[in-house]
Amino acid sequence: MYTPTSRRQFLAASAGLTAALSAPAIVRAQAAQVLNLYSSRHYDTDEALYTNFTAATGIRVNRIEAGPDALIERMRAEGANSPADVFVSVDAGRIERARELGLLAPVNSEVLASRVPASLRDPNGYWFGFSSRARVIMYNKDKVSPAELSTYEDLAHPKWKGRLLTRSSTAIYNQSLTGSILAANGEAATEAWARGIVANMARPPRGGDTDQFRACAAGEGDLAIANTYYLGNAIRKPQPADAAVLEKIAVFFPNQAGRGTHINISGGGLCTSSKNPQAAVRFLEYLVSEPAQRFLADGNDEYPVVAGVAPPATIARFGSFKADQLNAGVFARNNAQALQIMDRVGWK
Amino acid sequence: MPPNAVPDRIAMSASALPGNTLLRTSALARLRRGVTPLTFAALGVALIVALPLLSLAASLTQSGAGSLQHLSRTVLPAAVLNTFGLMLLVGAGTALVGVITAWLVTAFRFPGSRHLEWLLLLPMAMPAYIIGYVYTDALAFVGPVQSALRAWFGWSKADYWFPDIHNLGGVSLMLTLVLYPYVYMLARSAFIEQSACIMDASRTLGGSMSESFWRIALPLARPAIAAGVALALMEALADFGTVEYFGIHTFTTVIYRTWFGMGDRIAAAQLSIGLLCFVFLLVALERQARGSRRFARTSRRERNLGARPLGGVMAGAALAVCALPVLLGFAVPAFLLVRLHLSGGDPLFGTRFVHYAANSFVLAGLAAVIVVAAGALLAYALRVSVSPLTRLAVRFATLGYAIPGTVVAVGILLPLGLFDNALDRFMRNSFGVSTGLLFSGTLVALMFAYLVRFLAIATGGIEAGYARIGMNVDHAARTLGSTQGALAGRIHAPMLRRSLLTAGLVVFVDVMKELPATLIVRPFNFDTLAIRAYQLASDERLAQSSTAALAIVVIGILPVLLLTRAMRQARN
Repeated sequence: MYTPTSRRQFLAASAGLTAALSAPAIVRAQAAQVLNLYSSRHYDTDEALYTNFTAATGIRVNRIEAGPDALIERMRAEGANSPADVFVSVDAGRIERARELGLLAPVNSEVLASRVPASLRDPNGYWFGFSSRARVIMYNKDKVSPAELSTYEDLAHPKWKGRLLTRSSTAIYNQSLTGSILAANGEAATEAWARGIVANMARPPRGGDTDQFRACAAGEGDLAIANTYYLGNAIRKPQPADAAVLEKIAVFFPNQAGRGTHINISGGGLCTSSKNPQAAVRFLEYLVSEPAQRFLADGNDEYPVVAGVAPPATIARFGSFKADQLNAGVFARNNAQALQIMDRVGWK
Repeated sequence: MPPNAVPDRIAMSASALPGNTLLRTSALARLRRGVTPLTFAALGVALIVALPLLSLAASLTQSGAGSLQHLSRTVLPAAVLNTFGLMLLVGAGTALVGVITAWLVTAFRFPGSRHLEWLLLLPMAMPAYIIGYVYTDALAFVGPVQSALRAWFGWSKADYWFPDIHNLGGVSLMLTLVLYPYVYMLARSAFIEQSACIMDASRTLGGSMSESFWRIALPLARPAIAAGVALALMEALADFGTVEYFGIHTFTTVIYRTWFGMGDRIAAAQLSIGLLCFVFLLVALERQARGSRRFARTSRRERNLGARPLGGVMAGAALAVCALPVLLGFAVPAFLLVRLHLSGGDPLFGTRFVHYAANSFVLAGLAAVIVVAAGALLAYALRVSVSPLTRLAVRFATLGYAIPGTVVAVGILLPLGLFDNALDRFMRNSFGVSTGLLFSGTLVALMFAYLVRFLAIATGGIEAGYARIGMNVDHAARTLGSTQGALAGRIHAPMLRRSLLTAGLVVFVDVMKELPATLIVRPFNFDTLAIRAYQLASDERLAQSSTAALAIVVIGILPVLLLTRAMRQARN
């Protein structure tokens, strides 16, 4: 029966229950030997990474995994009382934004500075890259010879008209790539380039990176722009239809004669709000240890950042390459301008 | 007098009631003004729920980084057109499918009609972006359908035409397939609750079944249909995952790129407010068109609307019409998901899944109770109060459903953080105790988020139910000395039972599927099925994410079955 009395009782009971359920979370977050991680990585292998850290240090890892923008907003709203100790993002742009907003504190660590290459960390120690992915050209071996391929810039050439596959400009990876081209060539050249890319598209942008190289294998276009780890994922766990796809697709690393192939990072830093900075720094240093590097790279078929750690076999087979040394912070800061350029040329 | 022109409540003012003591009259007058504890409570709920929206509105006083000028010169015009198109197509689609199927299964008997009554609800359990992914996967150039065609006929790319679903029509179809159940459910409740007497009268006066539908059943069900279409449209407006995947720029994708791509939160918030005005206008237009007509039933005879048996071609046609949405919105995607699951499902499938499922279930169940209780309170306040302040507050508070999920989720974080930090400061200054973040990152915060997101569903559904109870019921009860509490509890609640259950079901299923707020407001180490499905899908690991998506669907079916039983019992 739906009487006001029972409704009040019900509400009170639900509130009580909710409080009871959430109390342990509050207590947990305030206990001593825990590390609170706000992460936009969510790969299953990362769990083993955290378990190993706990086994080695006795520090438990609490996680909230969500999109980097949402995590940034949560830290902003929580303010100085935020439980966050470490923020991890899968894109340089977001981690740079966290720094600009004052959410990250500098870390002065010999271990991190020596093991992470300078182009993959903030010069002042606000963030560090832990793994990287390259944005490459994937081509259909039946239609394109690697001799025809050279640079990102060349993709805007009219010879590729109706042959290029890429996803929407909403995708951060296309924004970062355009941001890196902006840093290399300036605004006018970048706008002309983006216009050429749009003119060469085999179809209006849609779907994710995987959809691009699948369509490329099927002959909907001849070239696809995609991140290496998507192909690595497909190689690691192929769908039934993927056997034919993998046979037809090859990877080309552009700009090898010049600045190198554009890479983006998965990286993290110490949060300003951290109540436990020692544990946080220990965690960051742990991430560049050899076993952790292997876990990070395997989890999403990425390249480790520490020299001497081999990439997983799924992507090692694409060969080694020269990476663009542009600091991730630069193309991150170029992001808004890059997006405006893409809007102007009608890159959907 | 036509049945949809029941006298306006002005004509039934207190002074017109005969034989009242002064006391009763003043009680009624008090009720009219709405100055009662219940409406105060409603105003309080409305205010709390409106907080996140108000924090968005605060952006209007600031100026962004100039993104708005850029957007209005580039992507915004096309996005606005697409948004209009989407609303038109999804609105028409959900109204057509929802009303026609609801009428067929309520007014007629044909093979399978009893089962279709609940089968038609199932597509609601499919997250929109998942249905978009699986259809894209199946119908893509490289997908099984086109590959098979090419293999059979030896075609290549240029040799044949295949319908492309990656356009406005395609994305509208996807959204219609999973959103029509909102209209179906409310319309069916309305059709069932319509008194058989009116229909009998119509038939006795020589009206055909179709005339009865057009002239009586449909106009009487209008508030319910409008509420259902409004819900579907609000959800379509707030959708990001599906439209983005299909490469269609809408208002919502522009909000996302402004905020995330250009880092201009203020411009994004201003655009969100623009979106809200859009919705406000839409709702107001419908109300305007409805005018002062009232839709209450005059008889309380609870007899089934005479369900007529159909035979032959007509039965086949009815079956086909009702089965099609179930097939396209549920059976085919479910089959595709099972196929994906078998080709390489979730590696964590097992005990972990029981945990995810339990979390999802607890969240959905708790939220259903809380949101429906709050929705009932607001719907009741709307009924008894004529104070424009109450009406405005309730309308404003229920707009949260139309705002893109992530935007409203952030809107929720802000007041929570402000409150927690203010409380902490106060406690430290006064008592030297730090309370830290009391609510942020707890289930309480999550329930608040669901209240903001889904209050519109509950309020809308219950309000539609209220519209069918004449004010004369209230007047009679009050005249006989019933208190306001007793009126709500003993008189309204039983009459609204079906609407309350329906609202609870929709909130339950929506919370099962809900993503952005759950993702960002949740406590540490708290995963749900929707989060699991999304995380794998966002990595383009569609096969792996199929397992969690299937689990959402399976758990979503449970309350559908329970509700169907409850409704049947109520009917018989």
